[in-house]
Amino acid sequence: MPSFSHFFEVLIDTKDVFLKAMLLTLELTVVSILIGIVIGLFFALMKISKIKVLELISDVYVFLVRGTPLIVQIFILYFGLSGIFLIPDFWAASLALALHNGAYISEILRGTIQGVDKGQMEAGRSLGMTKVLTLRRIILPQAFRRALPPLGNQFIIGLKDSSLAAFISMNELFNVATTLGSNNFDEMTYLLIVAVYYLVLVALLTFIVNRLEKKLAISDR
Amino acid sequence: MEAKEMIKVNQLNKSFGELHVLKNIDMTVYESDVVCLIGSSGSGKSTLLRCLNFLERKDSGSIIIEGKEVDPSNDDLNKIREKVGMVFQHFNLFPHKTVLENIIEAPVMVKGVDKKVATSKAKELLEKVGLEDKADVFPNKLSGGQKQRVAIARALAMEPDIMLFDEPTSALDPELVGEVLTTMKELANEGMTMVVVTHEMGFAREVADWIVYMNDGEIIERGDPEQFFEHPKEERTQEFLKTTMLK
Repeated sequence: MPSFSHFFEVLIDTKDVFLKAMLLTLELTVVSILIGIVIGLFFALMKISKIKVLELISDVYVFLVRGTPLIVQIFILYFGLSGIFLIPDFWAASLALALHNGAYISEILRGTIQGVDKGQMEAGRSLGMTKVLTLRRIILPQAFRRALPPLGNQFIIGLKDSSLAAFISMNELFNVATTLGSNNFDEMTYLLIVAVYYLVLVALLTFIVNRLEKKLAISDR
Repeated sequence: MEAKEMIKVNQLNKSFGELHVLKNIDMTVYESDVVCLIGSSGSGKSTLLRCLNFLERKDSGSIIIEGKEVDPSNDDLNKIREKVGMVFQHFNLFPHKTVLENIIEAPVMVKGVDKKVATSKAKELLEKVGLEDKADVFPNKLSGGQKQRVAIARALAMEPDIMLFDEPTSALDPELVGEVLTTMKELANEGMTMVVVTHEMGFAREVADWIVYMNDGEIIERGDPEQFFEHPKEERTQEFLKTTMLK
């Protein structure tokens, strides 16, 4: 085991490299979560559309994405498709993560949308609001609030899953840690350091989601 | 002068699967009429009410709103619903919006009313239902009676010609029923055309112009309150009144 003083020494010495890597990890995470929310909402709405074809498409999507490992999906986008067109590494990783998270997010949102009391839709309709308008103004805001805790969970998973981008040679946190660790014959120290960076990021994300939850605290009927 | 026909229902039928809930319903509601639909639960009265603003689709028959027959598959139901307000048993206020936001939502988003205009109108309506101090409160801070009065104000904000009430006091604690009925009474006195599904016989007797008694999907008897409550013609009506009045 490395000593404490050694750990902190390396932690401080490598901060520039790691902060740069952290930025990339953050970019991957934020981009993939944002796209993932859009994809998730899209497929959740398809699933509840009561239009058979759209439901089926949504089901197939969720089945394919949940049924295969994320690393396989990343490799398909980056290496697999390279014969047809090249996707830059950042976008291959981001899109794979987004598609992956999107499947889980769509399941979360489908649940919370369906969980909103059906009287809310009826109230909107009875006031002359269209289905789409009621969905947008009345149902979705409530569904998103209820989805926040499980969404926060999914964001944390997405953040940690971004480490798989290391396998297409992106210099995000995990890649930097393993590379430096093996170059310096000191894997443990670097792995502990990268763990600290991930913990800080997760703590930050948790804090933001909690704040959002409090701010939007929902009142029940 | 002949009163205007606000709602006319001809030979309306509606089934949920095997269950025939509305059987050949005929009904006319004239302008400024207050019609109370009464009957035991499962008699179809709520379904009939919900057919009137097309939250339920009829199977057959016709529904004529303000002289125009409505074809749910072709007509713009939203336009019709603007004219037909509805108040629900469980209020169905929007929990993520304040009382004021609840009221201005539809006028602003549907009719495109200027937000300032809608807000001042909403405040007038809140004053009318006695809740002017609750404008910026969220619904969860209100009592059931207050929620229902906000729901009434919200429906009125669209300036409907007809108001439908679906058991508006059934979810309320007994001590809160009065305030909602008072609001409805005032509305009736102002000449609003109202169709009310209710179990409040006192209210029906005092406020209604017409009582419609339903049982098992059929209209059994209709009449003015005096005739209906004092001299019911049908045996089933007499039975029903006997059991409800005992409570």
